[in-house]
Amino acid sequence: MIMNALARLLAGAIAASAASAAVATPPQAVPDTMAQRMQPCTACHGKEGRATEEGFFPRIAGKPAGYLYNQLDNFRSGRRSYPTMTYFVEQMSDAYLREIAGYFASLDLPYAPPQTVGAPADEIARGQALVRQGDAAHGIPACVQCHGAAMTGVLPSVPGLLGLPRGYLVEQFGAWRTGQRKALAPDCMAKVATQLAPADITAVATWLSSQPVSQGPAPAESLARPLPIACGSVSP
Amino acid sequence: MKRRAWMRALLALVALAALAAVLVAWLNVRDEAPLGGDASSFVATPEQVARGAYLARAGNCAACHTDRGGADMAGGKAIATPFGTVYASNLTPDARTGIGTWSPAQFWRAMHNGRSADGHLLYPAFPYPNFTEITRADSDALFAWLRAQVPVAQANRPHALRFPYNLQASLAVWRALFFSPGVYQPVAERSATWNRGAYLVRSLGHCAACHSPRNAFGATRDSLELSGGLIPLQNWYAPSLASSAEAGVADWSSQDVAALLKTGMTARGAALGPMAEVVFRSTQHLDDADIAAMAEFLKSLPQAPARHVEVAKLDKDVASHGAALYKNHCAACHGASGEGGAGPDGIVYVPLAGNRKVLLDSPANLVHIIVNGGFPPTTPGNPRPFGMPPFGPVLKDSEIAVLATYIRGEWGNAAPPVSALDVLEGR
Repeated sequence: MIMNALARLLAGAIAASAASAAVATPPQAVPDTMAQRMQPCTACHGKEGRATEEGFFPRIAGKPAGYLYNQLDNFRSGRRSYPTMTYFVEQMSDAYLREIAGYFASLDLPYAPPQTVGAPADEIARGQALVRQGDAAHGIPACVQCHGAAMTGVLPSVPGLLGLPRGYLVEQFGAWRTGQRKALAPDCMAKVATQLAPADITAVATWLSSQPVSQGPAPAESLARPLPIACGSVSP
Repeated sequence: MKRRAWMRALLALVALAALAAVLVAWLNVRDEAPLGGDASSFVATPEQVARGAYLARAGNCAACHTDRGGADMAGGKAIATPFGTVYASNLTPDARTGIGTWSPAQFWRAMHNGRSADGHLLYPAFPYPNFTEITRADSDALFAWLRAQVPVAQANRPHALRFPYNLQASLAVWRALFFSPGVYQPVAERSATWNRGAYLVRSLGHCAACHSPRNAFGATRDSLELSGGLIPLQNWYAPSLASSAEAGVADWSSQDVAALLKTGMTARGAALGPMAEVVFRSTQHLDDADIAAMAEFLKSLPQAPARHVEVAKLDKDVASHGAALYKNHCAACHGASGEGGAGPDGIVYVPLAGNRKVLLDSPANLVHIIVNGGFPPTTPGNPRPFGMPPFGPVLKDSEIAVLATYIRGEWGNAAPPVSALDVLEGR
């Protein structure tokens, strides 16, 4: 008891002397949570990672954990390049990257209204056709074959594509075509992106960014059928 | 008659030039041992390989010799310097493109003398002005470990340096002026631990590569050991380890120094930017005895007295604008009075009141951190770090300048103001 009190007194004295050297006020208590730790991410990705309505930065909340981990690792390994992302993850362990991915994947939050409104009908129609049926003549599989019938992704590693900013979607296709964005080999999206005509890329991005997400935004549990092309980032 | 005088002057000049060339050449091969033995006769012991793996961590070889996403130690990483770009070389034991045909003596000559196996002079972006202090036994252990790596066929990329830096002759002159080889000489009056720490800091740790000032020719100045330097082209200032006003640790406990090097996080500050990389790749992997030795050495560095800078009181407009910005963007984590924030295990957001990083003469690091934010490294001692958001996209240069000036002048802090130009340079 006395020892305990003494130890506490001593600890207090040490803390006080350390504090008096630098500051008078003791540090404030902050929540010991992932939400608090992930403040740097939400600065761009929006409150709780749900993206902003006008912005460029993609929504990360509710994306499959495997997909998010792959992206964090892609930034760390140089397969994707965005200086801020690289700077944030380059001194992070695998374990922490997995925890971060799991945290954002676990967030089940409402989506904002679609960003694209009033797009030309023929562009919407072309986009929808590519998403639902693909373009067999040009070797383009339907998006839904990998990204799920509802386009909300498939666990554990295929991302949903609804609720993303149009500019972000278009830029990703561009990055894949120029080799700025890569995925683990074989890089299926690089193949799709290089086969798509520029007009088709904008049509797909227009359709995707004009879809409201109200019901069932969660990723599908599994793929209905085997992938139409080999994807290194999707574990078999 | 006149012509003869000219001839004589010319001859004298030629003789002088020849003499200088001989001198430079001689200075460049000083302290070189004969290259005995060859690659095939070298047999590494398992102990050497294990030791070499540890030393490679201590020297942070992979920071340059492993490119982002590239094969381990296969080189190719671009190192930007004020003189052009240097590309790190392939150190895997590939016979054609790596060091597969090197002998331990050739590797030693590279480490100790800065000369490659084929005889060409190496650029000091490879920090041989520091590595020259390594012992032959440690050099051989590193070599043994490198030879035990997976060979990767990846040709070295030629450096892209501007004239005249791209000439071996220029490099020879540079070396004659600024480089002298020499193994670390233990100081008899100091303890074995202190000497061990000094050896690690000065040789493999190559701390001086960032923490010492450089002259116009990019050479670090020995006389000002670890007295701080601006890292070329990165806009990070590596603070002086020989000043209590900067990053000197003379008045720190050994435990705090060890905590910074092992975990990247202490109540007094977090390792961010280039130092986060050093902790992540290098110092967190060193054993406690070596960390304690480095702490003992660093604590013993002579500390320059703090310069007293007269700073005017905060302008009223700056104070109110700064206070508003601080309240909106910073106070939630760093506290209303810059007191910092703590989780259950201690400080997670460092106090800004009395913070040396905030008060450095050069505002480079403060601006860098406000603009880019960042996370300290993940280490076993701090596996789930808290981080700071980037405010570069949110705030204008002028706002960041006001905010930084406010932080440097509030709660008893007194450091010179930061201008929008400082912020622009830091972006």
